[in-house]
This record gives sequence, structure tokens and C-alpha cells, in this order.
Amino acid sequence: MPVSITLTVNGKTTALTVEPNTLLVDAIRQHLSLTGTHVGCDTSQCGACVVHLDGVSVKSCTTLAVQADGRSVVTIEGLAAPDGTLHPMQAAFKEHHGLQCGFCTPGMVMSAVDLARVNPDATPDEIRHWLEGNICRCTGYHNIVKAVESGLQAMKTGASAQAAE
Amino acid sequence: MYTFSYQKPSSVADAVAVLTGDDDAKAVAGGMTLIPTLKQRLAQPSALVDLGSVPGLTGIRRDGDALVIGAMTTHATVAADATVRSALPALAALAGGIGDPAVRHRGTCGGSVANADPAADYPAAVVGLGATVITDRREIAGDDFFTGLFETALEPGELITALRFPLPKRAGYAKFRNPASRYAVVGVMVAETAAGIRVAVTGAGPSVFRVAAMEQALNASFTAAALEGISVDAGDLNTDLHASAEYRAHLVTVMARRAVEAAR
Repeated sequence: MPVSITLTVNGKTTALTVEPNTLLVDAIRQHLSLTGTHVGCDTSQCGACVVHLDGVSVKSCTTLAVQADGRSVVTIEGLAAPDGTLHPMQAAFKEHHGLQCGFCTPGMVMSAVDLARVNPDATPDEIRHWLEGNICRCTGYHNIVKAVESGLQAMKTGASAQAAE
Repeated sequence: MYTFSYQKPSSVADAVAVLTGDDDAKAVAGGMTLIPTLKQRLAQPSALVDLGSVPGLTGIRRDGDALVIGAMTTHATVAADATVRSALPALAALAGGIGDPAVRHRGTCGGSVANADPAADYPAAVVGLGATVITDRREIAGDDFFTGLFETALEPGELITALRFPLPKRAGYAKFRNPASRYAVVGVMVAETAAGIRVAVTGAGPSVFRVAAMEQALNASFTAAALEGISVDAGDLNTDLHASAEYRAHLVTVMARRAVEAAR
């Protein structure tokens, strides 16, 4: 039997009717037409589907939409400013060419942004460990790690600039 | 996934009532095992009983010489918790080595213990540290909890509410992990407790088990060298595409030595 749920996605609260077996990623992609979140493996391995649920990174292919009822979701579409200015982590991925085909990138960026919450001064080694659940089949890890390192620094600078204002 | 109905109980009693009234209903904690299982159509529950909104099932507190961890506490929370890190660092390390960060943000200690996956890390902690599994109706000693492959002493409808870990003098956990899944090919928890040494092995057999010969040797001398020449019989161990039983038997001794060296 369908269930009515409320999700706040990228700051916008939406009421949805979903089947209990609807995955969060399907609610995001199909019900809300936010197709930036990708399904790569569909088996919790690859991390292309990573979104933030109440501020922490989760695999939306392994979360039911009903489990997110009443909670806040941020997807890759929610990172850039309304005027299109890239989030510092997105800008760092662009600057350091932290992508090849780009399929894994939304999940990589969402995981990387969450790393700033846990370990804003992560070393390259710690970044690699943090990204264990994000697989890049182009094997572009070297530039991804460089991008994340730079993005973490930019997020710190941005945060201190905001605090100074 | 097959279809199922969805229940969101607001108390442990409500959850137990639904599970008891419907043999085919299944509780979901973090869902990190159950949801993939459902996606592969390996299970067909009539209803999912979501424990995510049940109050009182999360949190970590010091209770005398023990740590009590709510069943719905995530691996990420256990790994990062200051109390766990200082009082029982082996458990923080174990929780921090499960899956990957996104999995640790959802997966829970109660879910892992109830699922009793032969390659899960938590069973080694429960048995190796001599923990007690607290349910809605009783307390079960860790040694009596795991009864076989994916089988536990839990009755139908019985819910784990918390785990109580007595604080050891020192403990260490070492695992040889599958690089793809991060499950334990072999994981060993070694603990020096008030009642003596405990050595618990996960990943190697159908269910977690203790190694008496290693416990005796470490009781005499808590050093990696004391384990020299002690090995487990490969006859009872798992063989799969990741490792043969003989290789797992070898790894048990290697991981036990590393766990002793890591103990603090």
C-alpha cells in the first residue's frame, strides 16, 4: 500500500506518495526528477548514489524512501549556489580535473563534502580511506584525491571568510 | 524487491507486538544487509517494521565497569565516540573498519548482531569481550547468543535493545578484510578480561567461535610469541572464492598475533 512521506530535498519540502519498497534514489530521480544522483552498481558498493541524509553521507540505493520520511536530503543539485556558482568542492573537482567520464562524480563530491564535517584537515591517505565506498571505474583516483584535498582547504577558507563577514 | 507493507512503531513494545503478530514481518534497523537482500529477492517479508523512529534505542553510556550501547547506534557513532575511544578503543577500531563511511552512517550494532553474518565484525566483539545482549525481555550472554550461520538465540519477535560490554584490561582487534566488501575474511578479537583471556574469531567459520588453546597460551603470557605454533583446525572452516579453509586457518593465527600486538 502506498505511503505518504515528506522529504526536504535541497531545502525544499515536498510531499510524496511512494511504495514501501521505493528506494530513496528512485524517489529522488524518478519522483523528483533530480537525476544528478546516479545508480552505478545498485549493490551498495560503488557510491555513485551518495546523498546527505540529515547531514551525513549515505547510499541512497540502499535506503528506502520511507526511511527518509520527515528528514532532510541534499543531493548534488543542492550544492551550487542559486546563481550557479559552484560549491568549493565542485570547483576543486573542475580545477584539478577530478573526473574522467563523470559518472561517479556526484557521489565522490557528496562523500568529499561530508569528509569536511568529520576531518577537514584530511591527509591524502585519509582521503583515500574515506572514499573507500566510492568507486571510479575510470580509475581517476589520483586527481580525485588532489581535488578533495584542495576542496577541503577551499571549504575551510570559505567558512572563515563567512565567519569574518 | 517484492512488495511489503511498512510499519513505523513508536515504541519497542509496539514493534514487538507487530513482529509477534506476524511471523513474516521483519524488523529493519539500518538496513545495510536487509535492503540488499530484499533487492536480490532473497527475502519476502510481509511487512518491514522500521526501528528508526523508536525512541531509547540509541546512545552510548558508561555504566560502572561497562559500556552500554543502544542497538540502533550506528557504526560511525561508535567509532567516533570519545567514551568508546578512550574506554574500549578496540571496539571503536572494529566499528570504524566496517564497510565504508556511508555504510557506517546507516548500519547499526544491534542490526549486525541480530543478523549474525558469519563474516561480520560485531560477533567477534560480543563474544571476544564477553558482552551481554540485552533484548526487550531478557539478557543473553554473548557466549550463548550466536548459535550458527545467521542464527541466534533470539526468539521470534524478540528485539535487541542494547549491548553491554564489560571493559577489559586491554583488548585488540585485527581483521584481514575482503578488499571489495570489507567483510572479515578472518577477524580476531583478543581481550584480557577480569575472568581471563578471551579470543574470538569471526569470518573463518559458520559462526563466531573462541579458541581455547590461544586463550590458555595468552593467559600464561600475553605476547604474540605465545601464539607460536598454535593453529585452528581447518576442517570446520569456510571455503569460498575468497579464501580456502586452510588459508583461513592460517589467517586466524596471524590475525590473533596482530590483535595481541594491537591490544591496549
